[in-house]
Parts: sequence; structure tokens; C-alpha cells
Amino acid sequence: MSAATHVSTHAVEPAETPLTPESWGKLGMWIFLAGDAVGFGVLLAGYGIMRASSADWPNPYDTLGINLTAAMTFLLICSSVTMVKALEWLGKGDRRRCVNYLLYTAIGGLIFVSLQAYEWTHLIHRGLLINGNPWGASLFGTTFFLVTGFHGLHVSGGVIYLLSIMRWVLNRPDPAASYNAVEIVGLYWHFVDLVWIMVFTFMYLL
Amino acid sequence: MATSAHKHPNYMAIFWWLAILTVVELAVVFMPLSKITIGVLLCALALAKAALVAAYFMHLKFETKTLTWIAFTPLALAIMLMFILMPDSFAVAKKTEGGKAAATAPAKH
Repeated sequence: MSAATHVSTHAVEPAETPLTPESWGKLGMWIFLAGDAVGFGVLLAGYGIMRASSADWPNPYDTLGINLTAAMTFLLICSSVTMVKALEWLGKGDRRRCVNYLLYTAIGGLIFVSLQAYEWTHLIHRGLLINGNPWGASLFGTTFFLVTGFHGLHVSGGVIYLLSIMRWVLNRPDPAASYNAVEIVGLYWHFVDLVWIMVFTFMYLL
Repeated sequence: MATSAHKHPNYMAIFWWLAILTVVELAVVFMPLSKITIGVLLCALALAKAALVAAYFMHLKFETKTLTWIAFTPLALAIMLMFILMPDSFAVAKKTEGGKAAATAPAKH
């Protein structure tokens, strides 16, 4: 009985997964991201179809303006770099630098959402609403707020996720103990960056 | 530990590639090309950037093949969805064409 208890407390997970030998969590994150990508894929595909079947779709880069969003894209790419740096430093055993870079990444995300809030306010003042706008098809506003809003929520969630992993690293003296957690939050963050690359291209540039 | 040597590609090089491709995207928008050409170029550039992020930042290049298949499933599904919805889209475009003959919907940007 006691032997069985002993085994059950230590064999929390089988030795390794066939896909991600490092941890099950990583496989879990990949499967979550694949599902999330279907969500974004459906939104963007739906956007494309609605736009293609509309006769008076406004020209996105004339109405939305792309200077600010180009800067936001660049910011998100930079935050991806600070994210890989965080993992790199943790791999070298430097927890302090890892925490710093995680913080830079979170700040990058925070500035991104703030700029998005600024952009939304600006556009709403110019008349872009979720149910109509001065330039043409009302679905233009609907899809714009839905897709960029869904992405903005992902960034906001990512900032909270990053900050909690920062705490996780701070609470564990052994760098090896938090390597998987940092790698997994990195996967999520890069995914958010990847999705923005798509959103920026399809909703602002095309 | 998960820190083997192959897991550290040159991240700064990837960063510069992403930055340069973004600038190229912005340049393409204002190039005197046909809408279709610009559209195809932008899609190709976006996919290239996404592939760089997935392959290097997300380490997909260094994972097992099956994980890559998992990652590609959503892309395949989204493309299939486009084709499934396309007939409806054309039908709607045709219907609205009656009222606004001047604006041929799919070509409009």
C-alpha cells in the first residue's frame, strides 16, 4: 500500500512524450495553440469571404492608417526577441537576467495594448463603429474590432501569463526548475506575434 | 536538460529578417503594381514571416516532424474553409451586383 502511494506520487507523468521529450506541458501548449490558430483562421477566413462578397468595402490602409500599426508590429517583433533572450539566459543559469527580459517582454505587450487602445479611440472618434462607418460596408467595422480585439485580448492575457511566470522563476532558486515554464510561455508569446503578422497583413495592408 | 546546442539559432539574424520583411511589406503596398500582384506578394511575405517565427522562435525546426504536422493543421483547415465558403461568397457578390453594377466586388480593394 505504502509502496503504491510512493509510486503514485512520483509518477506524476510518464517519463516522456513521443512528441516533446522535454515536457508534457509543451505538447499541451502546442495543441492549445493549434486550436487557437483555428479560431484566428476562422475569423480571418470569414473576414476574407465577407470582404470578397461586399461591393463597398472601404480601403483599409486609407481609412485605418498603417504608420502606428507598423510601429506596433515592430514592437511585437522586438518583444519576441526579448522573450527568446529570457529563455537563453535561463538556459545559461542566469535567473536575474531571465526575469529582466521577461519583464521587458511584458512591458512590450503592455505598450502594444495601450497603442491599440489609442488607435481604437482615434478610429471610433472618426466614426468607425462596430455596426457602421462613414466609408462603406458596416461589416468593415465589425470584423476590424472583432479580429483586432480578439488578438488584443490574447496580448493582454499574455502579459498576465508572462508576469506570473516571472514570479514562478523568482520563487525557484534552481534555474532548471523553471526552464520548461519559460519555454512554454515563450511559445504562447511567439504565437501571438505570429498571429499579429497575419492580422496586420490581411486587415491593414491588403 | 532541454538546453542542447542546436536550440540556439542566431535570434538577432531572425529579428533583422523580420524587420526587413516588414519594411518590404510596407513598400509593396505603395508599389505601382496590380492589386492581384500586391495581394500575392503580401500573402507570400506574411507567410514567410510567420514561418520564420514558428521555425526559429518557436523552435519548430528542431522538434519532431509530428509536431510540425500539428502546427500546420490549422492552416490547412483555414484554407479548406475558404474554399467551402467561396461559392456562397460569389453568390452574394452576384446578387448585390444587380444594384451596384459599377462595383465588381471581388476585384475591389
